Amino acid sequence: MTEDTTFHHGDPAPSKPLIEMKNIQKHFGSVIALAGVSVNVYPGECHCLLGDNGAGKSTFIKTMSGVHRPTSGEILFEGTPMSFDDPRDAIAAGIATVHQHLAMIPLMSVSRNFFMGNEPVKKIAGIPFFDHDYANKVTMDEMRKMGINLRGPDQAVGTLSGGERQTVAIARAVHFGAKVLILDEPTSALGVRQTANVLATIDKVRKQGIGVVFITHNVRHAMAVGDRFTVLNRGQTLGTAKRGEITQEELQDLMAGGQELATLEGSLDGTV
Amino acid sequence: MSNAQTQSATDERIKSRSKFREALIRPELGGIVGTVAVFVFFALFAFDSGMFTSKGVLNWSQVSAQFMIIAVGACLLMIAGEFDLSVGSMIGFAGMMIAIFSVTLGWPVWMAILVTFAICLALGALNGFIVIRTGLPSFIVTLAFLFILRGFTIYFPQTIERKTIIGGVKDAAEGDWLAFLFGGKILTGFFSWLGDIGLIETFSRGSREGQPIVDGVPMLIVWALVLVVFGHVLLTKTKFGNWIFAAGGDAEAARNSGVPVNRVKILMFMFTAFCATVFATCQVMEFGSAGSDRGLLKEFEAIIAVVIGGALLTGGYGSVLGAALGALIFGVVQQGLFFAGVESSLFRVFLGLILLAAVILNTYIRRMITGER
Ligand SMILES: Nc1ncnc2c1ncn2[C@@H]1O[C@H](COP(=O)(O)OP(=O)(O)OP(=O)(O)O)[C@@H](O)[C@H]1O
Ligand SMILES: [Mg+2]
Repeated sequence: MTEDTTFHHGDPAPSKPLIEMKNIQKHFGSVIALAGVSVNVYPGECHCLLGDNGAGKSTFIKTMSGVHRPTSGEILFEGTPMSFDDPRDAIAAGIATVHQHLAMIPLMSVSRNFFMGNEPVKKIAGIPFFDHDYANKVTMDEMRKMGINLRGPDQAVGTLSGGERQTVAIARAVHFGAKVLILDEPTSALGVRQTANVLATIDKVRKQGIGVVFITHNVRHAMAVGDRFTVLNRGQTLGTAKRGEITQEELQDLMAGGQELATLEGSLDGTV
Repeated sequence: MSNAQTQSATDERIKSRSKFREALIRPELGGIVGTVAVFVFFALFAFDSGMFTSKGVLNWSQVSAQFMIIAVGACLLMIAGEFDLSVGSMIGFAGMMIAIFSVTLGWPVWMAILVTFAICLALGALNGFIVIRTGLPSFIVTLAFLFILRGFTIYFPQTIERKTIIGGVKDAAEGDWLAFLFGGKILTGFFSWLGDIGLIETFSRGSREGQPIVDGVPMLIVWALVLVVFGHVLLTKTKFGNWIFAAGGDAEAARNSGVPVNRVKILMFMFTAFCATVFATCQVMEFGSAGSDRGLLKEFEAIIAVVIGGALLTGGYGSVLGAALGALIFGVVQQGLFFAGVESSLFRVFLGLILLAAVILNTYIRRMITGER
């Protein structure tokens, strides 16, 4: 991946965060999935969330995208307190999410999936109809850009491979991602070329001023595009580090459970 | 790198498919094949039975139209991922309400019909609300309503009039503008012209000599066609239709994508209730009475028609046109066997065989389309 060197990194973040998550807690019955996590995302940055399985990464971004209501804590979106009752609210505010367990419906066609919840309409005699022609065209274009050739926009998602499905989900989120784009392990099922595509897409989207939250287990992928790195462990943050303040090895150690935390404290933001 | 080749506009790994095949492989293919098979069968073995005279055609068209009306509702609801087993009881209940309001209470018929529609839509919404709120399978919730509504349908006339049938709706409905919309006939002028020029049979004696035997298209059939077209356009051509598929395909994924799944499901329960009430109103206007046992087992007949038409029982997939063809097959087979003088118990045998054949064929087609394994 030679494109890596062309990525643009690490300018000091602009003044105001797009979204601020303050001391978010989430309990599922007796399970404390999040025990007070604070993360903010600035426009034009790629904020990587790392952590072991079960650390609470998915739960955290689900509170951001309106799937879960936090048990306690505050969400500020562009400075104003927000409470998302429903994913619709978050989407309307400009937060697009690719969930780890895909939000794709296998029985439906690619273009119906692509525009699910965001259907384009065309008025005929005053009645709004689903604009299938436009939907089909955009779907084919976006998928081609991601390096996937579909048989047709009416091909069912069930006929695609796991990685191809993930690519549809990402292409969709990028297409609709107005202000914040959340990607929960988008590269876990992807091949080399699709991964490079996704990383390049993250970079492109970031340059348009969109804030990206990128969850991954792969430190190399995180280092390739990340501006800041937050490591979660058992529902708590181990801290946020800026690009350049932390090496790949240190990040790796942190993810593995934070045993090396002591030696790293200096390089962290002090938000522990 | 070598991936430039695989990026070309046509992928060598995708076998080209003929346009014909593309056009053929569709959800309603099973219904189309079944309809053709059924008509060929009856044309060969029962052509002289009277089934294809104007009166015979009207007969099976009317029966099929009845099935279609409830099949459209059941189809959209099934695609949205839910069932309504209370449709049959709702038909009995709605009819009884109209009769009680108009005959027992003496309300104008239009008011009786409108109030009944309001009650039944509210009951449909209640069904949906309970399903959404409790997360119980709609199968169980609507099964409860099957009993509750049937119970009331028997209890009300028993306590009020001490009988199980309330008649006299026809007299009450005389000249009522809304009653005509359910019990009237259209194109009567056209049909008497057809009779005059000898294209359709006319009475050869009696008081109606010279008039056509079939004197118009009953509103029941008009309702069926309008609902089928409405359902088909809603499902395939609108944003809401996409939500119906999504809600039934995977409610969680749909919700995460911003589809208002609860609203879609509740509205579909209401639409099913609407269809049941249309059925009931047409029936009451035709018979001039309401009976406690009306609509018995209709929920299953609707579901059978929908499944013959290619819908997936677990939701997320199906076709209103398919369901309409399923209803047509159902109606034609039922009445065709009657015309052909076949022992009526054999109807069930036929129905079972058709259902089995249709489901096998539909499963095969669906796998081709959706790549299910
Ligand atoms: N709906 C739920 N009900 C109960 N417990 C839950 C629920 N969702 C998550 N949890 C629990 O919360 C914890 C964090 O889960 P989460 O899915 O956020 O982990 P993750 O960091 O995304 O892990 P992975 O890397 O494997 O995706 C886990 O212990 C999980 O069992
Ligand atoms: Mg996760």
